Amino acid sequence: MLATSGLTLDEGVSLLYLLASVLFILGLKQLSSPKGARRGNTTAAIGMLIAIVTSLTEIHPSAGKIVLMIVAVIIGTLFGAVLARRVKMTAMPQMVAAFNGVGGGAAALVSIGEYTRLVSSSSHGVVLAISVVFSVVVGSMSFAGSAIAFAKLQEMMTGIPITYAGQQLVNGIVLAAIVVLSIVIIGFSSSIMILTILLIISLVLGVAFVLPIGGADMPVVISLLNAFTGLAVAASGFALGNTVLIVGGTLVGASGTLLTKMMSDAMGRSLSNVLFAAVGKVTESAGAGGAIGQDQSVRSGTPDDIGVLLAYSQKVIIVPGYGLAVAQAQHVVRELADLLEAKGVDVKYAIHPVAGRMPGHMNVLLAEADVKYDQLKEMDEINDEFKLADVALIVGANDVVNPAAKTDPGSPIYGMPILNAEDAKNIVFLKRSMRPGFAGIDNQLMFDPKTIMLFGDAKDSLTKLVAAVKAS
Amino acid sequence: MSPELVGYITTFVLAAFVGIEVISKVPTILHTPLMSGSNAIHGIIFVGALSVTSASHGTVQLWLGLLAVVLATINVVGGFVVTDRMLEMFKPRRPAEEKR
Repeated sequence: MLATSGLTLDEGVSLLYLLASVLFILGLKQLSSPKGARRGNTTAAIGMLIAIVTSLTEIHPSAGKIVLMIVAVIIGTLFGAVLARRVKMTAMPQMVAAFNGVGGGAAALVSIGEYTRLVSSSSHGVVLAISVVFSVVVGSMSFAGSAIAFAKLQEMMTGIPITYAGQQLVNGIVLAAIVVLSIVIIGFSSSIMILTILLIISLVLGVAFVLPIGGADMPVVISLLNAFTGLAVAASGFALGNTVLIVGGTLVGASGTLLTKMMSDAMGRSLSNVLFAAVGKVTESAGAGGAIGQDQSVRSGTPDDIGVLLAYSQKVIIVPGYGLAVAQAQHVVRELADLLEAKGVDVKYAIHPVAGRMPGHMNVLLAEADVKYDQLKEMDEINDEFKLADVALIVGANDVVNPAAKTDPGSPIYGMPILNAEDAKNIVFLKRSMRPGFAGIDNQLMFDPKTIMLFGDAKDSLTKLVAAVKAS
Repeated sequence: MSPELVGYITTFVLAAFVGIEVISKVPTILHTPLMSGSNAIHGIIFVGALSVTSASHGTVQLWLGLLAVVLATINVVGGFVVTDRMLEMFKPRRPAEEKR
């Protein structure tokens, strides 16, 4: 068919790669509007399929390699599909980190493979060296950084920022070593040994880069590392002379960078503040304005008291947080809301942009529990309604209602937009303990005279409230 | 500079602008799915992994390539599947929806 239409095989391949690129762009476009989002994912997947099938016409592996490659694909598919199918909705963010990390690792390996091949045939130039060095450095950083992000979110290690004296000096030395080795490879040497050392040091930098960032900021970091992987893939595209790699990688690199900025904007913070301020570390300055003394008392209530309070309210605003997600309490919270509505109570959910562990995460969890879409209110829509509410029911959230964000310039979250739960006539906190939230900051709101605490697992507490409301 | 290189640079610059433009109006609730979806797209490195593996000389290059194929496959398959699962939750609900 290609011959009759006057196309050479090469030209056909290029046009099919163009088609794949267009589908990637359309996919991203659809992904950024609620209506077309799911279709957008499918569009991009079709583009991927076309690109892969097209690339098969370009390679001529031996029979032995074909078998090995098929085995590799089967192993990867099993891992990818099983993990993606099995993962709980609450663990989505770290799953994205993991899938991003392996992509970065693949980009680094592809570049090293191509480099070793071309160096031995001595047909390499400076462009190849630059592309390979970039891809190895950035891809490895993304791999190692994503691994740390995964470990922090999976709570395999502490989510608190890890800082130590002289950290910046150490990081500076690591960075300088990377620059020097890169220059050596680009300008003077084609030693595979040096390239391998570069890869290892880049892994170290990836770890060092993410360690001082708090768990609550991981979504922004993952988004940034996602952009990193995109750029590493684009660089591999330069090394291999493959346009579809350049387009796919660059699209992700560019859109990922913008998305990272949008995410930190949604948290009311600058990107450099997110990356370098070690927010969540207990700060000395926070003591001045927001110290919480031992003498402050906390009022805790019984489920029955709170059940009555809820049942005889006119308006209840539920503020769901990560604690709800962890306890898998999204179905019980809907049951409670349905029950209250049946009693004539006006129930809404106030969704903070970064509720859960990622923007949009909470919407996904509540939608899974069949919460009606029109009950979910974004922060700007609902913030003025809190003063009309009889009860703000805060389920496993903390930082997103912490008034310190408005009142205490010394607080690490100062400036983050928060939900005005403090304006409600009564505030009910369902919390495991007095432990500070994910950002590691105390919350003065828990000591407010209007506040009643109900300690325990979010799901247990909600189940008790359901029973109490039924009884009242 | 070779004509090919000029072509690649052109492609790179244009793709960068398109990447920024195309997502400039995304609402907050779609940030996570969008990140996850674009995460799947850089799985295109799979094409590079296949190419390097098939052109490899010797054991080291072969195994580097195969490892890259495994990692890239996880990226592509996992990326698209997990994004689809997230977006499944966003399907429009009619008032007359049937429950379980």
